[in-house]
Amino acid sequence: MRDGESNVLNNVLDQFRRGDPATFDDAFETLFHLHQRTVFGWLMRIVRNPAAAEDLTVETFWRIYRAHARFDPSREFEAWARTIATHAALDWLRTQRSETELLLDVAAPLASDPAISAEIRRKTAAAFSRLPPKLRIAAVLAVVEELPHKEVAAALGVSVTAVKVRVFRALRLLRKDLQRQGITP
Amino acid sequence: MNAHEEDRMKQLLKQALPPPGDTEPERDLWPAMLRRLDARPAPVPWFDWALAGGLAVFAVVFPASIPVFLYYL
Repeated sequence: MRDGESNVLNNVLDQFRRGDPATFDDAFETLFHLHQRTVFGWLMRIVRNPAAAEDLTVETFWRIYRAHARFDPSREFEAWARTIATHAALDWLRTQRSETELLLDVAAPLASDPAISAEIRRKTAAAFSRLPPKLRIAAVLAVVEELPHKEVAAALGVSVTAVKVRVFRALRLLRKDLQRQGITP
Repeated sequence: MNAHEEDRMKQLLKQALPPPGDTEPERDLWPAMLRRLDARPAPVPWFDWALAGGLAVFAVVFPASIPVFLYYL
């Protein structure tokens, strides 16, 4: 980013944080247009449901709007937005039924293992939907999306060790769930 | 669960979850954001809170004044 653009963005962030009525709404709109795609993309990775991701994007920016005074200028806005989005997704997952519509139609991935039948994939997806939301988010970001643990930890607001523990617990619970159904992974 | 079993579960999970699909919204979400912002309740000025608090205290100290307030509401 050029120096001029960087200065403009810093001004927008400053106006947003200060909440001056004369400039706040324009600053918030600018930040919304700059970051709505990345926030939506992040939420899609977690919830895998476009309609939910749209609603959660709006919810995330609503929370950002209210929390403007708590924005730390030494931190990147996008990282802060991702943290807020992750917590919004966590709250949404807590309200969902154990088996969401998303998981009823599990298409074969592009490079599927022929030894893993569609039935096993379906049951795994269903078991995944029954995981506690905290474990589910850690597992989808760290395992499925293959994000670095440090990035997942920052988004969740926990330590890297906590992410590793959550992932391990998620996989162990999944394995037990499948074994109860007579599937040996 | 040993390391091999853990790796196996990771592979199974990656195979089981569908790709996230298009990670860009189909439409601009700003209109939806505006609707959400417009729906927020109007902030109550501090003076209104102070007045309400003062009236509550007055009503507790002078309960006979309550019917008078109710008449004028």
